Amino acid sequence: MPVTAIYGRPANSRAADMNYLTQRLLTFPLVLLGVSLLVFFAIRLVPGDAIIAMLGTEAGLLTDAQRASLEAYFGLDQPIIVQYGRWLAGLFEGNLGISVTYGKPVLEVILARFPLTLELSLLSMLISLAVGIPAGVFAATRADRPSDLLVRLFAMLGQSTPSFVVGLVLIYFLSVTFRMLPAMGSFTPLFEDPIGNLSQMLLPSITLGLSFAAAVTRISRSAMLDVLSDDYVRTARSKGASQRDVVWKHALPNALIPVVTLSGVEFGYLLGGAVIVEQIFALPGLGRLTLDAISQRDYPLVQGAVLFIAFNFLVVNLLVDLAYAALDPRIRLGGK
Amino acid sequence: MDLLKVVLRHPSGRIGAAIILIFLVLAGLGAVGLTPHDPLKQFVVDRLKPPSLTYWFGTDLLGRDTFSRLMLGISESFIVAFASVAVAATAGTIIGLFAAWWGHLWDGVLMRTMDVLLAFPAILLALLIVAIEGAGMVTSIVAIGIVYTPIFARVVRAPALAIKGREFVEAARTFGSSQGYILTRHLLLNLVAPLTVQITLALAWALLTESGLSFLGLGTQPPAPSLGVMLAESKSMMTRAPWLMIFPGLTIMLAILGFNLLGDALRDILDPRTQGRGA
Repeated sequence: MPVTAIYGRPANSRAADMNYLTQRLLTFPLVLLGVSLLVFFAIRLVPGDAIIAMLGTEAGLLTDAQRASLEAYFGLDQPIIVQYGRWLAGLFEGNLGISVTYGKPVLEVILARFPLTLELSLLSMLISLAVGIPAGVFAATRADRPSDLLVRLFAMLGQSTPSFVVGLVLIYFLSVTFRMLPAMGSFTPLFEDPIGNLSQMLLPSITLGLSFAAAVTRISRSAMLDVLSDDYVRTARSKGASQRDVVWKHALPNALIPVVTLSGVEFGYLLGGAVIVEQIFALPGLGRLTLDAISQRDYPLVQGAVLFIAFNFLVVNLLVDLAYAALDPRIRLGGK
Repeated sequence: MDLLKVVLRHPSGRIGAAIILIFLVLAGLGAVGLTPHDPLKQFVVDRLKPPSLTYWFGTDLLGRDTFSRLMLGISESFIVAFASVAVAATAGTIIGLFAAWWGHLWDGVLMRTMDVLLAFPAILLALLIVAIEGAGMVTSIVAIGIVYTPIFARVVRAPALAIKGREFVEAARTFGSSQGYILTRHLLLNLVAPLTVQITLALAWALLTESGLSFLGLGTQPPAPSLGVMLAESKSMMTRAPWLMIFPGLTIMLAILGFNLLGDALRDILDPRTQGRGA
């Protein structure tokens, strides 16, 4: 789904934007609380109780006394509200519980996987902006000419191609043309072996980057078209500014505002772990961790990972809104 | 019918509609079993055959006909996409309408709940639901439906609020029209245009999410073919049998492209703000 679709902005009036921002700030803790509620109770909807979920079939071997002591140990003998309260209190101390499969604190497991996802997100965002912005600007300045139509066609195709199709095609060409496969399995950290790391991260980043480049192209093109018809651009032109100056110096900075919003949302989304791309390229990132936790029924880990991802997503989105306010003088907090 | 004519005159609307029509025919034929071969039958002597006159798109490792499987896969994927968008559009419209109509506390509660759902990346929320309910077609429909409900709630709420304040709604109230009548006749009817655009685009995203879920093995379960399942199966044999990857890949892309093109055309036509910009 194109990320712009979710975070479509309300009407572009100053008051609406200000309201929107204040509202976002005020409701942020509320939404966080809602997310924690949803994650906590969603996991409890899983058939079977938590002891069975934790021990699997071995739970059948427990005596009643063992069971009761386990329940007391995990606080499962308490009313559900108390359990939620304890869990929530634990969250504030960074205690997300213990992963069943790893036998380690959930937060520790998550943080071990996070650098890879962070790097992947940054790289693919870089690629999508490097491709998308010039393409969008190029198309906008040649609106409705064949070159514009061509760019739009590619953007449309890009938006319609799932990332796993792009990834598979890239792997195919690599393996057929160069007779090699991308390094899979163990992950090489960036600071240990930069070359090895980048050769491993290149294809996944291109895969994700290209999927987002289509959205960036479309947004930059339409923002640029909007700006190019603005009065101040016409003034700049009539003062004799060259086409290049008009486009790159006068128009682009303003046209970039919606692009910033989009890339922020995109970044938040990427930090959530690109589940599918990590799966294709066998990268042990956050997305794959979540997927594996789901198939291994490691519920504390699923719960922690989902919460961690949603938290990142929300924080990044809030930051984007603040950055947006800072970039656009018309909606700067307090200033008129 | 007028809308249909306008859509067909719009270049991307025409292409989009044509693509969707072809896929609907293929899906329909696939669903009733009118495929060149039995999609599940294993022609053991003809394993991994490249495309030929007998097997138009080749065969897979088990000797099953790719084209027939694709037809069935399209129908499986389309059923999930259409059903989940129906779920999302219905639930989202009801939530958005009531949030706008009741206002105040209800508006806050309903829309903040929608914000909570939006705090999860789509595929992750779907994964969470699949983790709880177990993989399968119905779960996919429910999961994708829930994921896209907030978007419909948002799309409906804003214009519903605007219409609610208009004179003709006020007039209807003073005439003593029932709430239900006002909601369906005055509000809902005026929301048909934005909803049409949204539904078309949502079908594209639903297809994307469905193929992603089944690619991960969490959607439609084998041996039933779905487009994502077929692609996932092709991965290990891509150099020996590239047709197993190429055709399902192209199919997914074209199907999503069709809905995106049609959605864009509808937005151009129905939303005066974007008229003639095409971006």
